[in-house]
Order: sequence, then C-alpha cells, then structure tokens
Amino acid sequence: MKTIYLDHAATTPTDREVVAAMTPYFTDKFGNPSTLYGVGREAKAAIEEAREKVASLLGADPGEVFFTSGGTESDNQALVGIVYANEKKGNHLITCAIEHHAVLDTAEFLKRRGFEATILPVDKYGMVDPEDVRRAINGKTVLVSIMHANNEVGTVQPVAEIGKIAREAGVAFHTDAVQTFGHLPIDVNAMKIDLLSISGHKLYGPKGVGAIYIRKGTRIIPFMHGGGQESRRRAGTHNVPGIVGLGKAAEIAAVEMGSEEAHLSILRDELIASILERVEDVRLNGHPTERLPNNINVCIEGAEGEAMLLSLDMEGICVSSGSACTSGTLNPSHVLLAMGIPAEIAHGSLRVTLGRSTTKKEIDYLLEVLPPIVERLRKMSPLKRTR
Amino acid sequence: MYSEKVMEHFRNPRNVGEIENPDGVGEVGNPVCGDVMKITIRVNHDRIDDVKFQTLGCGAAIATSSMVTEMAMGKKLDEAMTISKQAVAEALDGLPPAKMHCSVLAADGLHAAIEDYRARQNRKEEQA
Ligand SMILES: Cc1ncc(COP(=O)(O)O)c(C=O)c1O
Ligand code: FES
Repeated sequence: MKTIYLDHAATTPTDREVVAAMTPYFTDKFGNPSTLYGVGREAKAAIEEAREKVASLLGADPGEVFFTSGGTESDNQALVGIVYANEKKGNHLITCAIEHHAVLDTAEFLKRRGFEATILPVDKYGMVDPEDVRRAINGKTVLVSIMHANNEVGTVQPVAEIGKIAREAGVAFHTDAVQTFGHLPIDVNAMKIDLLSISGHKLYGPKGVGAIYIRKGTRIIPFMHGGGQESRRRAGTHNVPGIVGLGKAAEIAAVEMGSEEAHLSILRDELIASILERVEDVRLNGHPTERLPNNINVCIEGAEGEAMLLSLDMEGICVSSGSACTSGTLNPSHVLLAMGIPAEIAHGSLRVTLGRSTTKKEIDYLLEVLPPIVERLRKMSPLKRTR
Repeated sequence: MYSEKVMEHFRNPRNVGEIENPDGVGEVGNPVCGDVMKITIRVNHDRIDDVKFQTLGCGAAIATSSMVTEMAMGKKLDEAMTISKQAVAEALDGLPPAKMHCSVLAADGLHAAIEDYRARQNRKEEQA
C-alpha cells in the first residue's frame, strides 16, 4: 500500500535536492566554520550563502538572520531574550491563546519568573483583533508575539497591522512564521516585524535546524552562551549540513512558492467543499479565506478523532487530530477550545495538510474512504445525533 | 503504539450494538477525555447470555469495549463483576500508559450494566 502523506504541518519530507546539497558537508567539507584553514573557510562560505538565501526570502539583511536548532529554540530565544534584555524598560509581554506551545509555554515560564503576560483571545475563526493588541499595550510592554499562521487551523493573522501597532508603540514585534516561511510571502520591513521564527523541516528542509530573524538594533540577550558564533548571538558549533539544507530549502521555496500556493489552495477548497458535501454534521475550523493554502481542519460530529486517524492509517493515509484522545495530556487542542469550540465537538477534529507533492488523486482517495469510516464510527456510538 | 491485538479489535470489534429490551444497561462517560460508552446485557439464570456495546471514543476505547464484552459473554454475574481494567488491558496485550483510563471505562460500563440489572431485580422483588 502506498502511503498518502497529508500531515505536512507536522513535518515535510526533506527534498532530495536539499539532501544532495547537504551531503558533502558531512564528509568532504566537514570543516568547522570558525576555523581559518581551507575546509573551515569552505564551511563558513556555505553557511553565509545559506544565510543570504534565508534573508532574501524575508526581505532582510543577511546580518539579521541567526541559525538555531529549530522553531522551538527560535520562539524561546525571542521571548526570553527580549524580556530579559528589557527588564529596565518593562516586564510585560503580549501573545495570544492559539500560539504554538513553544511560545505559550515560554510565556507561562516567564510569568512564573515574575513577568506579566497578556494572552489575547481569538474570535471563532482563530483571528486576533489588532485593536486588542493596541489596547493591551501599556507602558511596561516590551514584546508582542503573534504567530503568522496557526499550525492547527491555518488561520493567517493580520501581522502587518499588528506590526504597525507595535512599531507605533515602540514595542518589539515577534512572529512565529514556522508555518508560513517558504509558503507565503513575507517582508519583515513591510510587515514591521522585529523578530521571526523559522523551522527547516516545515519547508522540505531537515529537522533540527531553524533560524531567527532579529532586526538590527533590537535589544536581546543570547540564549546560548559559549563560543562566539553567530555574532555572539547563538553560541555552539554550527550545524553546517543542516544550515546548508535550510538554505537550499529556502532557495527552492523562493521559486516554487507562488505556483505551490495556487495549486494547493485549489485542492484545499475542493477538499473542504467535498467533505462538507459528503459527510453530514461537519464544520470547518479556522478562517474560510484567510488560511494557509494547504490547511483543512474540520470537526466531524459523532466520530472521535483518533479513531478516524487510525482508520485512515489503515488505508495508508496520514492525517492528524486535535482530539483529547490523541494528545498525551488528554486535553483537547487549546487552539480549538480558544476558538470557542466545545470539547465534545473538538473530539471529532481532523486536520489534513497538503504538500508540494499532493495530487488530486490522493485527495479523491481520501474523499472516497472518509465517509464510510465516519459512518462506521457513528454507528458504533451510543449518542444519537439529532439528524 | 497499539498492540496488534488492540488493532485487531479496533478493526473488527465484537458485539457492537444495542440489545433490545435489555435486562441491564450501563452508561458511562469518561471525564478525562469525553468518551461515552453504553453496554446492554441479557441475563439468564444469573449468567450473561448476551452483551453488546456502543462506544464513542478512541481506538483503545473501542478495543477495550469489544474485549470486555468478549470476556463477559457467558459468565456468571459474580464472575463478570470481577473483570478488572487490568485484566482487559492484559487480554489486549497491554495498552500505552496514557490509554489505561480507556480500559477503566470498559470495565466500569460492564459493572454498571450488571448493577443496573441487580437494581431492577431488587425493585421487582420489592414490588412482588
Ligand atoms: C507554529 C509552530 N511553531 C513552532 C514549531 C516548532 O518547531 P520545531 O519543530 O522546529 O521545534 C512548530 C512545529 O511543530 C509550529 O508549527
Ligand atoms: S477514550 Fe479518549 S483516550 Fe481513549
């Protein structure tokens, strides 16, 4: 059975061209970029080339891009680094209820250390109101952190508006762009972004490598202490193959992004319409139009998410769910709850995220097997649905 | 993460459905993650003649429900009351730690159905 991988928000397969670009940096070009001799210089040149590729996809200066171990580190660095660097100015940060745990849990950590955090609500589509950001800013605010697009429901936030509000108030603005970098256009200047998180494995790059954009002049303390790498911003010998891979992935994305967005959003809209048509009592989660081109997230009443996921896996289809039963903590997705979706409805949530290689045929197969799976699970349920 | 046995019961659950005019009904909900389960039994001479389940829940909830009905089928009520969540989990070659609470639901559902049957018997005797 061929695997139909429809969980690209979780991770993407590393592009073969990316792997090919990385390979020499494990063996022949193994040098430490901090050294002066030939193999070291070669590695140094490679990471600087990667930095330029990442920067160019952000409209940033290469000197404003720093390599990290991934999205989680970049998020942690942004929050902790800004808050601790600005203790004299204030002690307050603003974020929102549907952030990735890499941001939310860091905000919670900072709260326990005595900082103040405002966690803004979202509307039923998972959208943050920029006016809420404006109202939440006070004289002690040092950071606003609102994600570019949500990884579960795909809602794309009005980051340009939020950036403008933060800039006017003289507050640093961070955005977690892990789900959008290489997928949607980003311009850190037009969007008035001061810090931005990137993860390699979400754009067909390798896992365990990422980057953080830090606008020149931003007051921030480093997260990692040690060697003077990354202009003293991030100590530790560079993950050269990983960084080269991220650079290559960014280079490919720069070419593919436009057509990919067009192709995927058509498949996405077809899939959403067909699920709503073929399965009763389904609701779409997230914004109807302001959403990631590859994201489909629905709640199917009367069927539990993990059971659907297992059933689809038996057909070779990989998807995910925000049901309590699929989470290690046995809590339903904090994103769905924050959007006002009751726990029992969140129970039936299903996320399908398309990728570069997704075909119409794969979507059609999902549409063929899903309705009978839902039917079987609903028949097994003791709850009688009203319709 | 699930054993082959769990997957087998998930794919082909035994005794799915609802007995008409049952002798006992057990309806339990799972406060942990929101699953619901209903077990209906038919009792004959203090023995479970038939048992069926309905479950809205995860793979483990469906598999443990299925397993508990298989274990209870044909058993004396006293014996069926001793079927524990551990026994259900063991019969399925184990469950991941985070899923042990699903087997609680299955065992509780069966016990609730038997208790319901006994409560009904007591009421009948009182009326007689
Ligand atoms: C929005 C968002 N932020 C952060 C992360 C964490 O990134 P990483 O897996 O590189 O640590 C993810 C990925 O899971 C994500 O989707
Ligand atoms: S019933 Fe929810 S985790 Fe099993």
